[in-house]
Amino acid sequence: MTWTVESVADELLACEAQRRDREPFTDEWADMSLAQAYAVQDETLARRLRRGETLTGVKLGLTSRAKQERMHVSQPFVAWLTDDMILPAGLPVRASRFIHPRVEPEIVFVMGRDLAGPGISAATAMAAVEWILAGAEVIDSRYRNFRFRAPDVIADNASSGAYVTGGVSLRPDQIDVGAEAVSVEVDGQIVDSATGAAILGHPGEALALAANQLAERGLAIKAGQIVLTGGITDAYPVPAGAKLAFHFARLGDIHILGGE
Amino acid sequence: MVRTPEGGNLTRLEGIAGALSGAYSSKQPVRPPIETDPSLTIDDAYAIQLLQVDAWLAGGAVVKGYKVGLTSKAMQNQLGVDQPDFGHLTAAMFHLDHTPIDTAQFLQPKVEPEIAFVLGRELAGPGVNVAEAIRAVDFVLPSLELIDSRVADWKIGIVDTISDNASSGGVILGSKPTRLADVDLTKVGCNLVIDSQIVATGAGSAVLGSPLNALVWLANTLGARGISFKPGDVILPGSVTAAQVVRAGSVAQASFANLGSVTAVFA
Repeated sequence: MTWTVESVADELLACEAQRRDREPFTDEWADMSLAQAYAVQDETLARRLRRGETLTGVKLGLTSRAKQERMHVSQPFVAWLTDDMILPAGLPVRASRFIHPRVEPEIVFVMGRDLAGPGISAATAMAAVEWILAGAEVIDSRYRNFRFRAPDVIADNASSGAYVTGGVSLRPDQIDVGAEAVSVEVDGQIVDSATGAAILGHPGEALALAANQLAERGLAIKAGQIVLTGGITDAYPVPAGAKLAFHFARLGDIHILGGE
Repeated sequence: MVRTPEGGNLTRLEGIAGALSGAYSSKQPVRPPIETDPSLTIDDAYAIQLLQVDAWLAGGAVVKGYKVGLTSKAMQNQLGVDQPDFGHLTAAMFHLDHTPIDTAQFLQPKVEPEIAFVLGRELAGPGVNVAEAIRAVDFVLPSLELIDSRVADWKIGIVDTISDNASSGGVILGSKPTRLADVDLTKVGCNLVIDSQIVATGAGSAVLGSPLNALVWLANTLGARGISFKPGDVILPGSVTAAQVVRAGSVAQASFANLGSVTAVFA
């Protein structure tokens, strides 16, 4: 079959609704461009908004070198967050809602001012940030075994699933997020750790990249929106019964329970 | 003291110890000991390590501390083990911050950022708990451990690395002491920069959940062998990140939140 932006958007939203995975579109649509992939992303967002969801912010995907190497995709990219993806703290990640959810720790920004590229640097990006929080993102690719190429994952809204934020908010002048450490605990044992520097050297660089990438499509990050800057460590599976925790040095702890 | 191997067993272990010792001077790495002798046990491996240490001591070397290895889940999974190992640090293995190190003395060096313990009093296991370990620590220092393998291509299993002094190469200590009361070691973040690129990051918790757990494990493991820590001993508890390759010309810097930094210059 011949895929179009519209039919790929249909299929991705259907996969999400039916919790069904599939092979990447680039297997059949080998020359899908990044521009077409972002068009799919924007189309799925438009449909989410039409069905009543609210845009809450943007997320970045594959901002750490470890994730880029793991996924064989060499550049970071942006995607959309809506209120349907908010996971209130304390609620489990329910297996019945996702296909194959994995959870990763992130540095989260709440924007105090609009941020519109081009020409945004990490310095000017951080000046637009009002609050910094710890976050956990549930990622859930619509592609079987997370096998995809860059256009596939961009079209799939960067594997968006859900997100939860921590209970500590700090101002940008109160913390160096490049030095902020996080430890990943699975069933009580520490299995991984990293610092905010894993995100392009500093999460402010990821925020600048998001603003500049969005500007190429005439879009901007708005005051009050949230920005998930990308997984600091690998993402960890969260099957029913799994007890995950992310311990941040200064931004507090986030506990995630895998539910049925 | 460690059990001394008997008779033919001793000859067998001496042969492997001699081959590993020879690699230090020849700079020619050897086959994995476990391939040379598949019957080797972990006890045999420590005996091989101690044969080499005894020879170094006979030649005038002085033990200044110990290192703990295989302390991260990732490394333990990679080698299929569920416990750490240890090696000896001699005086000659210590190098200075910001001061060129002759890279040619190593075979295939890598660096690992670590939070080094410096002991203020004797600590003797077995039976040591975390409280006693904390009381024995004078201060911690930022450090880079220089690991190296006398086994070709780092093709090591648990027996191979223990036989090879736990793949020790050297240590570079930073110069800012911090008291344990002033820092939560599990939450100390570390950024490892090599040649101006951030190549790895991590937190103190990567070391067995807490670097103090490694200190307790080593005190009790050495205690069972009749060895105790002395004031001034330096204990490297294990790496905060994955090890990273260095070569002549590399500059490696580990920057620890609240603990300062340490820089190794490879000439």
